Amino acid sequence: MQSPQLSMQLAKSLFVNTHRSMNKRKALIDEKDNSNWRERKSKLFFGTVVVLATLTISPILLIVYELLAKGLKQINFDFFFKVAPDTLQAMTAVRNGEIIPGGIANGITGTLLMVVVASVIAIPVSLLIGIFLYENQGKKYASLIRGLTDILQGVPSVVLGLIAYIWIVQGVTKGFSALAGSVALAIMMLPLIIRSTEETMKMIPISIKEAGAALGVPYHKIILKVMIPSGFSGLMTGILLSISRVLGETAPLMLTTLGSTTVNFNIVKPTSAVPLQIWEFYNNPNMIDLVWSSSLFLMAFVLTLNIIAKRISMKFS
Amino acid sequence: MNDKILQISNPVLSIIDLSISYGEDKYAVKNVSADVKRNAITAIMGPSGCGKSTLLRAINRMHELYPNIHTKGEIKLNEESIYDMSTTKLRRKIGMVFQRPNPFPTMSIYENVIAGYSLNGSKLKKSEKDEIVESSLTDVGLLDEVKDSLNKKGNFLSGGQQQRLCIARTLAFKPDVILMDEPTSALDPLSTAKIEDLLVELKAHYSIILVTHNMSQAARISDNAMFMYLGELVEYDKTKKMFTNPKDSRTEGYLTGKFG
Repeated sequence: MQSPQLSMQLAKSLFVNTHRSMNKRKALIDEKDNSNWRERKSKLFFGTVVVLATLTISPILLIVYELLAKGLKQINFDFFFKVAPDTLQAMTAVRNGEIIPGGIANGITGTLLMVVVASVIAIPVSLLIGIFLYENQGKKYASLIRGLTDILQGVPSVVLGLIAYIWIVQGVTKGFSALAGSVALAIMMLPLIIRSTEETMKMIPISIKEAGAALGVPYHKIILKVMIPSGFSGLMTGILLSISRVLGETAPLMLTTLGSTTVNFNIVKPTSAVPLQIWEFYNNPNMIDLVWSSSLFLMAFVLTLNIIAKRISMKFS
Repeated sequence: MNDKILQISNPVLSIIDLSISYGEDKYAVKNVSADVKRNAITAIMGPSGCGKSTLLRAINRMHELYPNIHTKGEIKLNEESIYDMSTTKLRRKIGMVFQRPNPFPTMSIYENVIAGYSLNGSKLKKSEKDEIVESSLTDVGLLDEVKDSLNKKGNFLSGGQQQRLCIARTLAFKPDVILMDEPTSALDPLSTAKIEDLLVELKAHYSIILVTHNMSQAARISDNAMFMYLGELVEYDKTKKMFTNPKDSRTEGYLTGKFG
């Protein structure tokens, strides 16, 4: 027990001491009054960030400007619904100062065909693998699969084209084919969808899964009817982003589908694709204008898919 | 015979010498034997980590969802071993309500109530579905509050309403037993009171096992109470008796707030 007198003394000394040290600190701050310099430093930093940010986005703006300036004049009805012109037509048009006739209908249809086939191959497989990885966190086999998925993501696309060439072009279709291109694109899509599926599944509260189990719902139905619908937006975003990722792939298609001057829906025949056409137009001095318009189209298409993906993920989150 | 364990005739559920371990020798539940009274609320109390949730989840075999869990002993529902039934059949007879309300986010209120049927692929006529939804929602006192928005998603409901929706989803099967894992711990006092009143009404038709962290809740609504400590069933008695005259010093310690 302390006497009241003692505790009064203690409180007094404590107060005085605190007061003293506060005065001391105040003096220190006054001495180093450099708020002006600090403010300037802060402004300098902010300015640097703004300049660097502008530098970063300027290439994007320049690309869009360049594509619009050079590609827009070729965009018309025929561009979407007619196949690519032959050299003579293009040369005549260029010589007469007209816009080049024809369009990229063979490329658009070919790209759509191959993306659809690639999706049909890749989406079910990668959704299942993604769910498998989610359900087996921390298990050895799942970790191995996850590691291999990461490696697959790092394989250059041209190598995948070579593999599809050996497996499909030589092995199955005995010639260049849309199927071979689709397989190459599907392999590219796999790791992207697998990882996004696993991440999406991790975001779904475990209580939702338990609610299904507690109602006596069998495991496969919990996955199909509870988990997949609950994670629909995330799964959809991953799928759309993977599609937009492979839309512009050129190298694997050069080795597998070759290209075609006509609209083709037969998956065992050579088929054109928008990026392939860009390459073909680039190699033909008379068709330079079409390079720009095709590029503009491809970029707009990919951008739209990305925006849709973002909208979906925002709407459901 | 252990005089600290209440004897019950014609029990709805019998737990016989049940032990549950995580991994090789980490026991969450140790040699628990208890009978559960029909049409009554049985509370399971105890400090966190005492094994009460694990015991509850063993009753509808939910704990089997997680790996490395070993179960020994027997649980009988109406004299029939739950290990002889498929989990699908068992979980229709023993429903479960969770700590946090967990309606299916992609389904409407109507679909949530009949989810147990639709997810299991039962083909019901529209009129049968309507009847189930109406009676289940009436039972939980939610029908008047949501009858104009049956086709809306359950997200806009308050936490208490969502929890009652989850109870309705469980009632849709007309289960024998309803397991409740701290069903009010995520709710405000008003919603809690509503759920407690509901449970007291429901016990006329259902047998309820309620895990609760909240001693006063157990005292308010339960008929019988179990006290678990470190995986053991320390004491099981009529609630009134246990709260006024506990037989075990550990129960007394917990109820008087010395630990837990």
